[in-house]
Amino acid sequence: MAVTEIKNLTMNFGPQHPAAHGVLRLVLEMDGEIVERADPHIGLLHRGTEKLIEHKTYLQAVPYFDRLDYVSPMCQEHAFALAVEQLLDIAPPLRGQYIRVLYSEITRILNHLLNISAFALDVGAMTPLLWWFEEREILMEFYERVSGARLHSAYFRPGGVHRDMPVGLAEDIMAFVERFPAMIDDVEHLLTENRIFKQRTVDIGVATAEQAMDWGFSGPMLRGSGVAWDLRKSEPYDVYDKMDFDIPVGKNGDCYDRYLVRLEEMRQSLRIMKQCLEQMPEGPVRSSDPKISPPRRAEMKTSMEALIHHFKLYTEGYHVEPGETYNAVEAPKGEFGVYVVADGSNKPYRCKIRAPGFAFLQATDFLGKGFMLADVVAIVGSMDVVFGEIDR
Amino acid sequence: MNQNLQDLGDYLKSAIPDAVEAVSQDHDQLVVVCKPDEIAALLTYLRDDSNCLFKVLLDICGVDYPERENRFEVVYHLQSLRLNQRIRVKVECGENDVIPSVSGVFSSANWYERETWDFFGIMFSDHPDLRRLLTDYGFDGHPLRKDFPLTGYVEVRYDEEQKRVVYEPVKLTQAFRSFDFMSPWEGAEYILPGDEKADEAAEGGS
Repeated sequence: MAVTEIKNLTMNFGPQHPAAHGVLRLVLEMDGEIVERADPHIGLLHRGTEKLIEHKTYLQAVPYFDRLDYVSPMCQEHAFALAVEQLLDIAPPLRGQYIRVLYSEITRILNHLLNISAFALDVGAMTPLLWWFEEREILMEFYERVSGARLHSAYFRPGGVHRDMPVGLAEDIMAFVERFPAMIDDVEHLLTENRIFKQRTVDIGVATAEQAMDWGFSGPMLRGSGVAWDLRKSEPYDVYDKMDFDIPVGKNGDCYDRYLVRLEEMRQSLRIMKQCLEQMPEGPVRSSDPKISPPRRAEMKTSMEALIHHFKLYTEGYHVEPGETYNAVEAPKGEFGVYVVADGSNKPYRCKIRAPGFAFLQATDFLGKGFMLADVVAIVGSMDVVFGEIDR
Repeated sequence: MNQNLQDLGDYLKSAIPDAVEAVSQDHDQLVVVCKPDEIAALLTYLRDDSNCLFKVLLDICGVDYPERENRFEVVYHLQSLRLNQRIRVKVECGENDVIPSVSGVFSSANWYERETWDFFGIMFSDHPDLRRLLTDYGFDGHPLRKDFPLTGYVEVRYDEEQKRVVYEPVKLTQAFRSFDFMSPWEGAEYILPGDEKADEAAEGGS
């Protein structure tokens, strides 16, 4: 019999594929149905955010952070706000800090709702997406009531938050916190012990703790591998040190454990939200320094000085002393860091954005090698990648 | 000043004096300046030494200072999960210098170095796959350098006649404006329109 030479097949996955979670072009070298090599091509959503921020004042840079990971906008504003506050050496008032923590946790639920349900859709379960999207809409309503926008809120500003929560919002969020655990249980009944779901996720895309650290993982990807590491505990920012919550940790570092970690994190987020609402004091929500936070509208009608401050803040902005800082927050996806270099002017000299998804996606080759094509979809789904933050 | 960080910095200085050029603190964050050739050795030491254990490389990025002799700075951010500490390592390099890759030390360095090459044109030696990462296929230039214009050089559109996407030089309907907010009473260096006549009048009068 003649010897036939079998050649590996190179396959293009994406950039327009529903399971690619955006505009990922994955070049896969296949041996039959086994993945030999995965080469992600990214940058199709590159908008030059870092370059644009270099040409904007510190306040004008805030909305760019909403547009990075558009599934969890406020957590990223949080990182930038913390970095600028560190450079300016100011701290927001206590109520502002509570609101920021409250909304960071709303954001975490918002993110995990999308990720878990889209992940379930990738491996064949349609229902969670249909159920949870309704809940997402309710959470985005909370966004809208506090900032005026469903997604791109620009709400966390250096020095606090833009404005106080409207009357009645706290009660509505509390009602949501009471009601929502049942929705988590509903989806958990569908997925956690589901035979098909487990067959598609258990022992798929395994990373040990050492490997996870080597690849720069953070967030649920790191905790899924059994490393109990959470910036909210290890470097508490704002009022996280006053909160009582647990960090869920996985055991095997596979797709299934990451799913379980995220599910439990949502329950912990609800705990934090409840504590925030109970403990939240009255008072101002943003810094009272007129050189950094704008005056109230009513004040501007009578005070010349307030009018001048307003004009200066929204044209020139504030100047930041030379210095540099790296500040990170525990975003829903992992460690989201901002490295800001200030040169004394009103614009950042350099603003490097450290996106958690970037580190996850570059491990696609390592995680996916030797698995089937369909498993790559599960792996990419469990990584929780959003291209806004990876391509920047 | 954080004493723990100060101790760690002094410890590094005495442990590997060949690599460490300077140690400082900025907003309670430890900054170590390293010699370019020693970066791989320093990061290996930081990863493995029992007083450091910086096992996670979070980020590599470039910063461009065109007025300096060595115009680029490559900044590495490391984190130790065991000891809960962070460190920032900096390397200075000129436009034509080559920096040893650290992708052999940390797997995550691979894409970060590709990104730095893409954005700043900083070369890394012994990198397994130094291709562009985030910019377009066939992109020319390094966009995060300070001398690269914000608007770029080319723009794309779909051409109905050729039935494909075409690249064209950027056409701005309004010139790009960069405002500076220096008050004319406080040492602005530009000349206000009309001001040049003031000097002429002064010379003519005297």
